[in-house]
Amino acid sequence: MISNEIVIKTDKLTKRFGDFIAVSEISFEVYKGEIFGFLGANGAGKTTAMKMLIGISKPSSGKAQIAGYDVYKQTELVKKNIGYMSQKFSLYEDLTVKENIQLFGGIYGLSDSELESKGNQLITKLNLQNEADKLVGSLPLGWKQKLSFSIAILHSPKIVFLDEPTGGVDPITRRQFWDMIYEASDNGITVFVTTHYMDEAEYCRRVSIMVDGVIKALDSPKNLKEQYKAESMEEVFLMLARKAQRGE
Amino acid sequence: MKQLLTFIKKEFRHILRDTRSLLVLLGLPIVQLLIFGFAITNEVRNTSIAILDNSKDEVTQNIITKIESSQYFDIDRTISTSDQIEKAFKTGKIKVAIVFQQNFQEELLHLNKAQVQILADATDPNQATTLTNYLSSILMDYQTELNQQNKLPFTINTEMRMLYNPQLKGAYTSVPGVMGMILLLISTMMTSIAIVKEKEFGTMEILLVSPMKPWLVVLSKVIPYFIISMINVASILILSVLVLELPIQGSLLLLIGITTLYLLCALSLGILISTVTNSQLAAMLISLLGLMLPVVMLSGYAFPIANMPTVLQIISNIVPAKWYIIMVKGVMIKGVGIAGIWKESLVILGMTFFFLLVSVKRFKVRL
Amino acid sequence: MRILYFLLRKEFLQIFRNKLILRMIFIMPVLQLIILPNAANYEVKNITLSVVDHDHSEYSKKLINKFTSSGYFKLANISDSYEKALEIVEKDVADLIVEIPSGFERDLIRENETKLMIAANAISGQTAGLAVSYSNSIVREFNNEVRVEWIQLPRINQQPTIEITNSNWFNPRMNYKYFIVPGVLALLVTLVGYILTSLNIVKEKESGTIEQLNVTPIKKYQFILGKLIPFWILGLVVLSLGFLVSFIIYGIFPEGSFLLGYLFAAIYLIAILGFGLFTSTFAETQQQAMFIAYFFMMIFVLLGGLFAPIENMPDWARYLTYINPVSYLIEVMRMLVLKGSGFWDLLNHFIVVIVFAVVFNGLAILNYKKTT
Repeated sequence: MISNEIVIKTDKLTKRFGDFIAVSEISFEVYKGEIFGFLGANGAGKTTAMKMLIGISKPSSGKAQIAGYDVYKQTELVKKNIGYMSQKFSLYEDLTVKENIQLFGGIYGLSDSELESKGNQLITKLNLQNEADKLVGSLPLGWKQKLSFSIAILHSPKIVFLDEPTGGVDPITRRQFWDMIYEASDNGITVFVTTHYMDEAEYCRRVSIMVDGVIKALDSPKNLKEQYKAESMEEVFLMLARKAQRGE
Repeated sequence: MKQLLTFIKKEFRHILRDTRSLLVLLGLPIVQLLIFGFAITNEVRNTSIAILDNSKDEVTQNIITKIESSQYFDIDRTISTSDQIEKAFKTGKIKVAIVFQQNFQEELLHLNKAQVQILADATDPNQATTLTNYLSSILMDYQTELNQQNKLPFTINTEMRMLYNPQLKGAYTSVPGVMGMILLLISTMMTSIAIVKEKEFGTMEILLVSPMKPWLVVLSKVIPYFIISMINVASILILSVLVLELPIQGSLLLLIGITTLYLLCALSLGILISTVTNSQLAAMLISLLGLMLPVVMLSGYAFPIANMPTVLQIISNIVPAKWYIIMVKGVMIKGVGIAGIWKESLVILGMTFFFLLVSVKRFKVRL
Repeated sequence: MRILYFLLRKEFLQIFRNKLILRMIFIMPVLQLIILPNAANYEVKNITLSVVDHDHSEYSKKLINKFTSSGYFKLANISDSYEKALEIVEKDVADLIVEIPSGFERDLIRENETKLMIAANAISGQTAGLAVSYSNSIVREFNNEVRVEWIQLPRINQQPTIEITNSNWFNPRMNYKYFIVPGVLALLVTLVGYILTSLNIVKEKESGTIEQLNVTPIKKYQFILGKLIPFWILGLVVLSLGFLVSFIIYGIFPEGSFLLGYLFAAIYLIAILGFGLFTSTFAETQQQAMFIAYFFMMIFVLLGGLFAPIENMPDWARYLTYINPVSYLIEVMRMLVLKGSGFWDLLNHFIVVIVFAVVFNGLAILNYKKTT
């Protein structure tokens, strides 16, 4: 369900590192329940921008409001209402599946009974019953990613931020992953996802494309393809990104 | 060969980029040397002493002046009763006290015998002995002054000669010890961690899959640290000679030679440690927690080995630092040549081979 | 605090899962405490002696005998030239040379005066000093024995003599163990606590889990406490093991209040752990953290007053020891064990260590930024 409520709003958000401007005056809005794709090449500034939105990087200038809270003054409130899955896998490899669930659930304030019920739900859903007491480090990558995502939304946050969540997994797992994203969105959770897989862009309601720290395009995939007379998002992307100065 | 160079360059780049670690790697030995050279000494200086003078006459006054003018003692004049002395000992304010009997001067000059009590805080027995000795010699000196007129018959005049270190500088014994310690600890730690780090990150597998033989991979990790250690050796030697005024009596070339051998030993120990664990924390615990105190205490640096219980003397033989310190003292301070140190060199060589052998075996078993 | 509970649970799970490290944390200190203090000694006992006897007289033989039967010296060899004796010293087989000139006995009796030469390996100034001091008293004694042979007694006592009595307080049997064991224990506890904390946060930085934590609503102090408490408990366990070992193996039991020792050590641990947390905020990788840890540990340990008395250090070094927490712990442990010092005697030390604890942990909290 997409509503008209704005959950992410940025106004000329900028991040500078010395003379280098990583993110330059980006302004956009995201609506509640949307699946919003934050696209761009490597080095375009996606992760830097995301870090400002989730409150672990202080913007150099500009404004941003997440779930109605100001990122400068109400950072901790922002954090209470969001979930995050980082590019680098960041669950504790030396804790079991169950223990990771309990840790993060507990940190986000779930009660013991909630932890029990939601935890079991999660494990059943991911079919991890046999692995519940195994160390996360021993799981294959795809399962780790799915687990990471599930834990990120365990506390039913308003928005979940995903940074390149499907890097390195096989196509079937990727499909399953996006099914999970759809489900979250259906449940009212806004999904803000960065990726450089252009086919995944098609799954989003709207996407933005960042090039050299600036948002060069923002619209639904359909409109963008029309606008740039392209057959696929990949083509759209190539047209915009070709002129990029930065990249690996 | 070319591959080896590439890997070595890569390793160097890692190291050079990490300015913080580099600072410690190159700066720490210098700091330690300075601290050890100047600060750690068993030579007595400025020790707080309390004086309980029950006689308060000219003789006691003279003796007190003598004590004060020696640089060894600082008289704490706030303490003058036996209660205060006891309290001062308990709080650690003074380390030694001297008590003159009543009528000291009278009895000394007329009865030829007067009593003095030296009270020493024997918490550190060694310090207590040293302080007592110093005080006693001040008293004996005074006594000799009194007796100057009467020359005793049948006198043996002893001439004292201090070999190698006439000025009794503390640096002479501390510098070789510090060198032995620092080089061993840093080199071992550096190597073990550098290798384990790759294991922990999983990048070791990538290196092993490359066409380069495993031992070359390890070599490429070890060589940069060897070079850094040699830089450390150079700075230590320069500092010792220039700042600590410790001359190099023997051949500089020989000194560098035995140091290189020792470094190889330390580095191979580091390699051995890296085969034991996959976690950087464990490598650090072994290198620092497991090695530091044993090396300091069993190498002959802090305590003379000859006095240790036999068991420990035997154990001290497996501490590479022990052999190196003997060699350095020999070459640097006594001016000994190869003839004097070949035995110790062989021991270190043997240890190096042993470490490498075990490492190779473990490495193979793993793969 | 519920969040704190979950954080603590996580830390303990991680710690107990790592069997190798757990074993190292407990076994290494205990082993070292059992073995190492036995190495500590400064009694100059077996000084190896190389004698050059040019005289071969009754007196020279008597003198040599006096040296070897004194208990301080061990005869390495007797030779007939100073050069040969010097070679022996170079080879590290002997540390003291006594050269008895030819005509020693004859000159002493006929000319009333004779010479003796003593050369000591002075690389260690202190050992040389003691060796020379012992030699001197042996020669003096021998000298007096000779005089007594030739002169009647009364004349000797006509010289004013200062009689010195020594009294050794707190450690009358001069047991070096009482001095070393508390010191070694202090060092081991410090090493364990400091290494564990300083590497821990950095490991999370390296693996990325710290980012995940930073995104949560965890408060800074909760995070720091979550790191402090588990290692504090571990440190206290190591300390207790150490006390046990001290008692069972060395028979050392504090003269003073045992609980006082625990209390002080507990506060000290908080300070040292805080220091570890603080220094780790400057490191990006575990490797860096390790070098920083090595740097501080070496300096703290060696300036702590265990291997050389603080009083002997030059002023600048002594000032450094004022900000070295380890030196306070070592001193307190010793004072408790040997002097039975009470709380008021130790008040200063308590205040200092509390200040350290507050400052270090405060700095750690300030420096740990969830938002960069």
